[in-house]
Amino acid sequence: MLEHYLSIFITTVFIENIALSVFLGMCTFIAISKKIDAAFGLGVAVIAVCLITVPLNNFIFNTILKDGALAWAGLPDVNLQFVGLISYIGVIAAAVQILEMFLDRFVPALYNALGVFLPLITVNCAILGATLFMVEKDLKFGESVVYGLGAGVGWAMAIVVLAGIREKLKYSDIPDGLQGLGVTFLIVGLMSFGFMSFGGISL
Amino acid sequence: MTVKQYKEVLTKPLLDENPITLQILGICSALAVTSNLSVTLVMCVALTSVVSFSNLFISLIRNYIPSSVRIIVQMTIIASLVIVVDELLKAYDYETSKKLSVFVGLIITNCIVMGRAEAFAMKEKPFISFIDGLGNGLGYSVILIAVAIVRELFGAGTLMGYEILPLVSNGGWYPANNLLLLPPSSFILIGLMIWGIRAYKTDQIEANEFKLSKHATAPDLTKRELNA
Repeated sequence: MLEHYLSIFITTVFIENIALSVFLGMCTFIAISKKIDAAFGLGVAVIAVCLITVPLNNFIFNTILKDGALAWAGLPDVNLQFVGLISYIGVIAAAVQILEMFLDRFVPALYNALGVFLPLITVNCAILGATLFMVEKDLKFGESVVYGLGAGVGWAMAIVVLAGIREKLKYSDIPDGLQGLGVTFLIVGLMSFGFMSFGGISL
Repeated sequence: MTVKQYKEVLTKPLLDENPITLQILGICSALAVTSNLSVTLVMCVALTSVVSFSNLFISLIRNYIPSSVRIIVQMTIIASLVIVVDELLKAYDYETSKKLSVFVGLIITNCIVMGRAEAFAMKEKPFISFIDGLGNGLGYSVILIAVAIVRELFGAGTLMGYEILPLVSNGGWYPANNLLLLPPSSFILIGLMIWGIRAYKTDQIEANEFKLSKHATAPDLTKRELNA
């Protein structure tokens, strides 16, 4: 059993890395990777939000939205999957808001460190993407906890690595037109080719 | 509003303020759905319609949205539009909908939609907001279509599924470049495209944080610097 969970975790972190293999959360990934500190803070926030919202959405999907899931309420013929998207994004927006208030009240140090990144996470497609992949893979509740953690950790690792490369890169002599955004795209492309080498591993 | 202003709002995002190559918005889907031109076209139409209509509706109710809950209100409008697009696609083009998998749903969090709602629709009148959405959708489409053409043509020798370059494996002369069919190649293509655009539009170039100074030779240095 433990082995099964471990394999889901390793698969999501390396083989199906949410940033470098399925390309989600790219806008923030590229915009906020100039400094390692900021990238690390954002990475931690994404891990926390993924870990909360993916299982929560899994619970909602399995008990309310799924075809025939409302049998416990005496409505076995109801299929609410078409309101899936709006419920997931609602859950994410609410979870981010609650997390923000909770941190503000009980862990102000972390709240100040994350600052503006927390509200930004609502529109980070890595979070919604993780939920949608969870639904597509039809994971059970326990698996979805591991999947959410893995997705967050994978994304955080990728952005910290990219920030490290970019911090070194600012001392290099880059052609004018490639400066900034252009060269970042090229680097992410190369990193992503590197991550493809995990593709052959089967667990 | 004059016709000229409408035209400017429509055409500016195509090259001057392109959402992908300058504003860093909506990049995720640009990478994942561009290996095949027909899929890309469907995605472009879906995104353009969502961003224009979300701009229109948000602008219509902009004076009634309290600013503290505006993100949730915008999200609800956008998510409803995306659900409509998703259901339409499932009903009329199920094959493409399967290929796009989660990326239609991800239009909700596509930063172009959210970014334009925040930056434009919350301030301007409905019709001009609709035009702005259309322009940004087209700006996104231009880049996506260009990437998709390169990837499909040189990666598989076809365009929209029709054979353009006969492949060696089918008795033709063109050896397919399979590298281009791999998703990471679109990063490289967009990177090069940004380089191209900035070589032409030099005002988009970002300033370097550090400048390489000329190598200092001994006579340039003052005595104090040499002793230090």
